[in-house]
Amino acid sequence: MIWIVKNLWLIPALPLVASGIIAVNKQPKRKLAAGLAIGSMVAAFLLSLCAFAATLGHHGGEHGAFREVFGFNWIQFGGQWMDLGWVLDPLTAIMLVMVTFVGTLIFIFSIGYMAHDQNFMRFFCFLALFASGMLGVVIANNLLLLFISWEIVGLTSYLLIGFWYHKPSAAAAAKKAFITTRIGDLGLLLGMVWLYAETGTLNFYDHGKGCLEASALSQMLAHATIGGLAVSTAIGLLIFLGAVGKSGQLPLHVWLPDAMEGPTPVSALIHAATMVAAGVFLVARVYPLMAAGALVGEHGAPVTTALTVVTWVGALTAIFAASIAVAQNDIKRILAYSTVSQLGYMMMGLGVGGVAVGMFHLITHAFFKALLFLGSASVIHGCHEEQDIRKMGGLKKYMPITFAVYAVGMLALSGFPLFFSGFWSKDEILHAAHGWSVSQIPFYLGCTGALLTAFYMTRQVALVFFGAYRGHEKESSHGHSAHSHSHSSESSHNHDPHESPAVMTVPLVILAGFAIVLGFVGTPAWPWFDGYLTGEAIKLDFSKLAETAGLMGISALIVISGLTLGWILYGNRQRKTAGEKDVIEAAVPAIFKVLQNKYYVDEFYDATVIRFNAFAAWFCDFADQWIFGGLVLIVKYITIGLAWLYKFTDEYFVNLGFDVGCDSLRQSGKGLSHLHAGRVQTYLRIIGVALVALILFLIWGHKP
Amino acid sequence: MNHWLTILTLVPFIGGFIVAALGAERKNLVRIIALATSLIGLGGALCMWMHFDAKSGGLQFIEKFEWVKSLGIQYFLGVDGLGLLMVLLTAIVTPLAILASWNVEDRPHVFHALVLWLQAGLFGTFTALNFFHWFLFWELGLIPAFFLIKLWGGPKRGPAATQFFIYTMVGSVALLLSFLVIRLATGSFDFIDLAGMAKSGELNTKLAAIMPWVSWKSNIGLIVFFGAFLGFAVKVPVIPFHTWLPAAYSEAPSSVTMLLTGVMSKMGVYGFLRILLPIFPEQIREMLTPLLWLAVATIVLSACAAFAQKDLKRMLAYSSINHLGYCLLAMFAAASVATGVTASDLQKAAALDGALLQMFNHGLTASALFLFVSLLEKRTGGLRGLDDFGGIRKVVPVFTGLMGISLFSSLGLPGLNGFVGEFLIFKGVFPLEPWAAAISTIGILVTAIFLLTLIQRIFCGPLNERWAKLPDLTTAERLLVLPSIALMFVLGIWPQFILGAVDATVMKLVQQLNF
Repeated sequence: MIWIVKNLWLIPALPLVASGIIAVNKQPKRKLAAGLAIGSMVAAFLLSLCAFAATLGHHGGEHGAFREVFGFNWIQFGGQWMDLGWVLDPLTAIMLVMVTFVGTLIFIFSIGYMAHDQNFMRFFCFLALFASGMLGVVIANNLLLLFISWEIVGLTSYLLIGFWYHKPSAAAAAKKAFITTRIGDLGLLLGMVWLYAETGTLNFYDHGKGCLEASALSQMLAHATIGGLAVSTAIGLLIFLGAVGKSGQLPLHVWLPDAMEGPTPVSALIHAATMVAAGVFLVARVYPLMAAGALVGEHGAPVTTALTVVTWVGALTAIFAASIAVAQNDIKRILAYSTVSQLGYMMMGLGVGGVAVGMFHLITHAFFKALLFLGSASVIHGCHEEQDIRKMGGLKKYMPITFAVYAVGMLALSGFPLFFSGFWSKDEILHAAHGWSVSQIPFYLGCTGALLTAFYMTRQVALVFFGAYRGHEKESSHGHSAHSHSHSSESSHNHDPHESPAVMTVPLVILAGFAIVLGFVGTPAWPWFDGYLTGEAIKLDFSKLAETAGLMGISALIVISGLTLGWILYGNRQRKTAGEKDVIEAAVPAIFKVLQNKYYVDEFYDATVIRFNAFAAWFCDFADQWIFGGLVLIVKYITIGLAWLYKFTDEYFVNLGFDVGCDSLRQSGKGLSHLHAGRVQTYLRIIGVALVALILFLIWGHKP
Repeated sequence: MNHWLTILTLVPFIGGFIVAALGAERKNLVRIIALATSLIGLGGALCMWMHFDAKSGGLQFIEKFEWVKSLGIQYFLGVDGLGLLMVLLTAIVTPLAILASWNVEDRPHVFHALVLWLQAGLFGTFTALNFFHWFLFWELGLIPAFFLIKLWGGPKRGPAATQFFIYTMVGSVALLLSFLVIRLATGSFDFIDLAGMAKSGELNTKLAAIMPWVSWKSNIGLIVFFGAFLGFAVKVPVIPFHTWLPAAYSEAPSSVTMLLTGVMSKMGVYGFLRILLPIFPEQIREMLTPLLWLAVATIVLSACAAFAQKDLKRMLAYSSINHLGYCLLAMFAAASVATGVTASDLQKAAALDGALLQMFNHGLTASALFLFVSLLEKRTGGLRGLDDFGGIRKVVPVFTGLMGISLFSSLGLPGLNGFVGEFLIFKGVFPLEPWAAAISTIGILVTAIFLLTLIQRIFCGPLNERWAKLPDLTTAERLLVLPSIALMFVLGIWPQFILGAVDATVMKLVQQLNF
């Protein structure tokens, strides 16, 4: 076993230790906190590169992809040890590199973004703890270890969304995020204990004894449960429920947009690039379980009930969230809905095309979405904490670097043909959906989603970066324009948006570079990424491009029409004031309103789930006080009543009888006492009479 | 033969008399002696933990003498993994409770004497193996608790104490009657003997034989079981025998609540594990479905009721019921006859191991939470409503952080102690009783909801100006909570520390349940 496998635990342990050290240090030691957190991430990144290198060069080998596991005893019950452990395979390695690399850049960016925050140290403490949990999810070779890390990640997400806890909205959003994801986690927990019961192990791979390996899978397929589902399918769906919660899929997506209450680097790292993708990663990790018992379709992708559910949930989420994003005005919320939608694409990719398809989009998305979020952070920072895109405009002039990198991110997300990574990864998903044997509807949903994505991103960029800056409106309405020219220019200088410092822009430029080049590792001509994950040999073959050219053309056409439409509606005709109605709002107010209110899902949950919960609480409390408590009260009053009855009978029956008895006793005593007067003559007289009577009795009374 | 267990019980018993004799004037001396006594108890418990042979899992440190031979009464002490774990928990929580009540100014000598006698009662209960003196200790624990609530409690202490006393007394009487019937039938008060008779079926035959003329003699065992069940069900408590608990927990001074929830609530679960499961497995099996539903109802209803509470202590009280509900679920499921479950012994062992772990963890976490409440009350003059605060994280960050850790431990966050027990319980119960396990997960969810609501209302949002000068934890107070917090992390990461000591005992118990 090579040393990196044995020491893979160091990768999550380093940020964990950093987090611990920061936690016990007193404020304010900003340099120590940032230095430790970033240092541990850089070290973890270097180790991840070693791990990545170890998994390379196994294409086309006899044993498929590289896979090594390491386990250790953790707890003992019923005389048996339960192991925990980690696994190094291409899936782990690629995620490790992505998480540590994007993480490092976001950590560095945060130094600039959080520079003025009072709780700078705590921020880095939580970030490092998050990184540790996320890396734990990635390396775990055991569903329990994965679950533990998964929950720690959920905790840090909670802590960081509520980082500005004094804002009631942030506190509420944090709670909502934790509870919504926990609903999914309960499914995951049940799936986990069921899996454990069926296979007797939670290790994914264990030299043939793991729960994702052939013997365990065939055992689970043989069992059927409620509704004729194979046990493997039921377990797979329960585990998928966990992924639905974490990755913000329908119907548990409601927390993710609210999570934007957290500091923007958090949104970039946790709620775009890494944590929310953990759900997708989980499905990819347990893919053998999901695909167990599949009849291999004509295009080679397996089709099972579990994967069909994954596909449909993903496809519906993709278009649902994309349509909401069209009508939002908060720069971060647009990106949040975009994230939900893209996560839907990833799920769909896993469902229709397998691990490589979904994971490829996960990796490219991590880079360009982190780029977009950090870009929006730079915009927000530059616009003095303004988040409403209607109050921005013309920032191209003030923030040239941010504009350039944001444009790259936007084109990558939209899937602009050929030169941007999003194009290749999304195209692969659409391609796989096209070949899906069950239904063509997810393909059309995906295409419509792509159109909407290009459209809303164009709308956003047009409103933020083009036209004239609309942030001065308040000042000008107060008559600032009447002041002298020099004064006016000075005041406008103070309130103008400004470009962010290098500590923030350099990470952006690096991310932008990757948002472009990453696409080329997974083109149809050279599907290196597929080969790397599956361990199959690949070669450069440009003829494949021609085969898929038709579909690529369609997808390119869709994207370009989305961009054009967006530009016509928002770029060409810039809004003049922040208060003006949106173009779509003016045209179709009813639809716009529904979209702006996110299809009223939150309201629906408020009216049903939340109200039911409140009712249940009220009912249980009521039952406690009046039903159970009432029973106790009844018992109490019965007891008191009985006691009273006893008292009554005592006084009026028992005692009365007793008194009467006493009286008669006293009377008879008095009477008898006359006999007992102590006169010897009387005694003798009585004895004499008695003697006579006795003799008479003996003589005549005794008849033999 | 050694006398470790007798000495362990005598130390706080005698300590209580010494403290009481010192009088009300020498307050600090009283406190120091009380603390020293409880620390001796802790030292003794730790010593025994070290010398305990965990591999065997059998009874150890046994003391057994004939006491009243004609009545079948023996003086019989001993601990296995279960008993020792409870002894250790008692020994840990008591010094914390004494430290938390350091500022009791009203008759501190009586207060501390009662606390020590309570500890003696608990030690005695967890080590006695003959019903006779076990029952004496069981009742001995009740009396100091009653006076502690009655004399030092909150405004509604009178009714709360009476309710507490009457409830537990009714349970105790039922329990006593049941055991008198058993004694009549078998001539034995010995838990271990009785368990053996239960396994061989002898117990039921003998019970049926005591009233041969009645037609329902096969049900005598069941009636006897219900009597004993009532005694423990009140103590745990099982819904619907729980209404004394929120009142008692919220009216008792917080340091006493630490003992009530930390250790006294474990007496009931301990009774289930030591007495009901081994002696009445057949009856439990017969009544399994209703018992399981009672456990599920306890879990779900108490969590929902907690969400409706406005008083911090009442909320935590209901949360306490909820947590022990998981133990009930595990114990009943372990008694089930599962057909078609692979390795059902392993599942049962997992569930029972989880229950034991959960008992210890709940004792640790719940007592820590009430400790935090007592620290808060000390600062606010007794105010502890959920709506009385808001945003105090800004002024008391350390308090918030440490109480936050305890709350998340209570919520079952992995990495902290609460998780492993719950995981093992669900791991074991799910294959045995899937629906009960699935429905019980609602309890986990609702627990998260009300604990996060607690955090949101008290610590988050804009600062309530009334508390702008709220002082954060002092160094002494930090040191006071440090051991609990440290244990939460240690047991979260390395639960084997406890599992290693109790697993062999649990396996013996599982064997006992198979016949």
